[in-house]
Amino acid sequence: MAEKYSLRVNGAAHTIEADPDMPLLYALRDDLGMSNPHFGCGLSQCGACTVHVDGVATRSCVTPVSKAAGHEITTLQGLGTPEHPHPVQTAYVEEQVPQCGYCLNGWIMTAAAFLNTKKKPTDAEIRQALTGLKCRCGTHTAIMRAVKRAADKMA
Amino acid sequence: MNANTELSLSRRTMLQSTGALVVTFSMSEAGDALAQMAAVGGGKPALLPTELDSWIAIAPNGAVTIFFGKIDGGQGTDLAMAQIVAEELDVPIRSVNVVQGDTARTVNQGGASGSTGVRFAGAALRVAGAEARRVLVMRAAEKLGVAPERLTVNDGVVSVVGDPAKKVSYAEMIGGGLFHSQIGWNNQYGNPLALTAPAKPKTFDQYKLVGTSPPRFDVAGKVFGTSPWTSDIRVDGMLHGRMIRPAVAGASVVSVDESSIADIPGARVVRKGDFIGVVAPKEWDAIKASQKLKVTWSQVADPFPDQAQLYDFIRKAPVTKRDSNEKGVVDAAFAGAAKIVEADYEWPFQSHASMGPGCAVADVRADGVTVWTGTQKPHFAAQGVAGVLGVPVEKVHAIWVTGPGSYGRNDAGDVTMDAAVLSQAVGKPVRVQYMRHEGHGWDPKAPASVHHGRAALDGQGNVLAIDFSSKGFSRLETNSTEAAPGDTLAGMLLGHKGARTAAFNLPDNAYNFENKRLSWECVAALLPGASPLRTSHMRDPLGPQITFAHESFIDEVAYAANADPVEFRLKYLSEPRDRAALQAAAEKAGWKPGRAGTRRTTRGDVVTGRGVAYTQRTNTIVAIVADVEVNTRTGALRVPRVTVAHDCGLIINPDALRRVIEGNVVQGLSRSIHEEVQFDRRSVKSVDWLTYPIVDITEAPPVIDIVLLNHPEAIATGAGEATMRPLAAAINNAIFEATGTRIRRAPLNPAHIRAAAV
Repeated sequence: MAEKYSLRVNGAAHTIEADPDMPLLYALRDDLGMSNPHFGCGLSQCGACTVHVDGVATRSCVTPVSKAAGHEITTLQGLGTPEHPHPVQTAYVEEQVPQCGYCLNGWIMTAAAFLNTKKKPTDAEIRQALTGLKCRCGTHTAIMRAVKRAADKMA
Repeated sequence: MNANTELSLSRRTMLQSTGALVVTFSMSEAGDALAQMAAVGGGKPALLPTELDSWIAIAPNGAVTIFFGKIDGGQGTDLAMAQIVAEELDVPIRSVNVVQGDTARTVNQGGASGSTGVRFAGAALRVAGAEARRVLVMRAAEKLGVAPERLTVNDGVVSVVGDPAKKVSYAEMIGGGLFHSQIGWNNQYGNPLALTAPAKPKTFDQYKLVGTSPPRFDVAGKVFGTSPWTSDIRVDGMLHGRMIRPAVAGASVVSVDESSIADIPGARVVRKGDFIGVVAPKEWDAIKASQKLKVTWSQVADPFPDQAQLYDFIRKAPVTKRDSNEKGVVDAAFAGAAKIVEADYEWPFQSHASMGPGCAVADVRADGVTVWTGTQKPHFAAQGVAGVLGVPVEKVHAIWVTGPGSYGRNDAGDVTMDAAVLSQAVGKPVRVQYMRHEGHGWDPKAPASVHHGRAALDGQGNVLAIDFSSKGFSRLETNSTEAAPGDTLAGMLLGHKGARTAAFNLPDNAYNFENKRLSWECVAALLPGASPLRTSHMRDPLGPQITFAHESFIDEVAYAANADPVEFRLKYLSEPRDRAALQAAAEKAGWKPGRAGTRRTTRGDVVTGRGVAYTQRTNTIVAIVADVEVNTRTGALRVPRVTVAHDCGLIINPDALRRVIEGNVVQGLSRSIHEEVQFDRRSVKSVDWLTYPIVDITEAPPVIDIVLLNHPEAIATGAGEATMRPLAAAINNAIFEATGTRIRRAPLNPAHIRAAAV
């Protein structure tokens, strides 16, 4: 029962055919050929698939494509580029945060959405905003340094 | 994409504006840059360890490419290789590219294995770098008409000392060409591969680049999403595959109702015996097909014991292999003891639980096989692919691409074999990504084990003898490489048998107890073959298990001897570097001497304490002081500070090393306080992040203090795993100080803390 959906991703319009219940993740990766976000769990438990939907950090692995159509979707590559980086990306490079890096899509997208709405957060507020995101390599202390660095810049 | 991180895909792939990698040419069209260079230099020699050209190439613009036969999983090992070679060659670090883990372009140096990247591969590349410099300086001497002793090298330019106008660059001499020069080799592949050459590498007092902290090559590509992970590889005409696993471990396929997925566009079943998977052109369709396919499985007896009985099961199980090491007269010492201390410890099965489940792409064609794989050991995986497909290994090209974390023998190799078998069956390239429940449920596990410590003390609290034994599942029930098909799920399901080697380890430390017996015993796998509880290497294989028990036990002995835990350990350590590490951790942490319990504080329900642990890991020395807060009512545990003193000999890159240690602490904390594979009598029940929790950012230690003890005069002994080893014991010893209760069963979670307190 495939249907047509119009998706706006990183400012560009796309039309795809898909089952209404297909998660947005597969529209982005399989139909549109994008490499971020990542599949981590498919259960909204890890955050590796996070995108912004109208600026809100959203787990694309459990968001049906039918619900995402018509909204503004932003991926990691839409967030910033080497030429025009988002402050969280800049801080990630400066702090040399990632190890394997598979999870960072979730952390950066979630932190960016959080810092857009919360200025000068405390350490506890940052931890609370990022709780539930998974990182298997254990880069959490470097993540905290980077998000605090970005928060200072965005204050 | 960072110029330094060449994933050896460049000639045959292109990075689209979306960031997706699309392989655009077939293997036969592959135009290797170096093969083209060879036209200048007269044909590139075969990829043999004895050819200098197998290790280093210099481009027309002077850029240096080094060929690294291990891989970097995101800790900067490739950067360390670049620093080591750039140091010997005297070229800028930013001019160095590292090609890694590509079987067509790198010699088999064993893949990522046992924290040996810098220790072994770095040593070999140091020799290659020094030899390349020697050869080029000799050529420069000829060109400039001066003796080589009168030449110096700066930034890849050879010049005459005192007459800098007389100069010639590496690029001018060899740029784009080949060395055609031989280098000595010890005739071994893998970790033991070593090189020899007439060149003398620099001595440590000459180092300018080694010991500094240039930034990593891979960070920007990851942060901006412009460099690929294995799961981002896409090949023209590729299908998506998913595997089907039985609900009861060990069950066989009786029948498959292919009509159950007839309504899914393009979905097909691939069945070979008990190997069963589905493919479809669209990924979501492959997932749906894997969920809808009706498979009838055979009835089998419950393969596993009750999880609650696991440790008793191990204690009673027949021994398949044992080993021991005895010094002095242990039994006689016990016979004359004034006091005997005795304790049992237990450690559960743990899962790699990689950040993403395994993913690989395989393209099996009549003229050759290409696999894009996240395995740590791509050269060995190529052998396994050849074996499972029945093709010559020369026909298999394995290309490593960074995966979703890899700290040992996780599921990356298994999924590579699955993709290869599916591709061969359907005659098209196939990408397989496991689902989360497979990543947790079917990866090889870190072994569960039990440990027993006995100590004999005299009337003054001196240790007369130590007797420490371990018993558990093998760290090599499934081998740490995928070289043999029988060490992979696909291979086992297709009838291959692995060697199923029985192997355990002894504690690794420098305690000089006069009489000591260290021993281990292995037990058989619960279910031989394609079992979700098969055991293999996971970061610091058996290190956390054994050291949790041994260093917790040493703490118990110190307490029985009425001694300060740091002083007690120092009393039995005479090696200066071991003593220095322990003292450095204690000093940095502000350790106040006293028997366990004397540093305890109480505030309401929360008690605090600190504990210490020390170990070696293949000559790397680590001492940790952990601070804990325990809620005596709920058993809730918090670790506000961890102090690490770390001695891995020569430090190549201190900043990268600090991050490796931090990662070890946080991942080690996760394994210490949370991780335990859940299973019932039929299968593994911890299949996602809810049923297999790992550490959260709200739990990660806010403070990790690190003391790096640099010994540039010593060899670099590796840092990838050592800090993982003593952490659980340090935390456990801190819990004992805080609560007066000794936990002897990992993980150190509230349930076990409460159970011990009762």
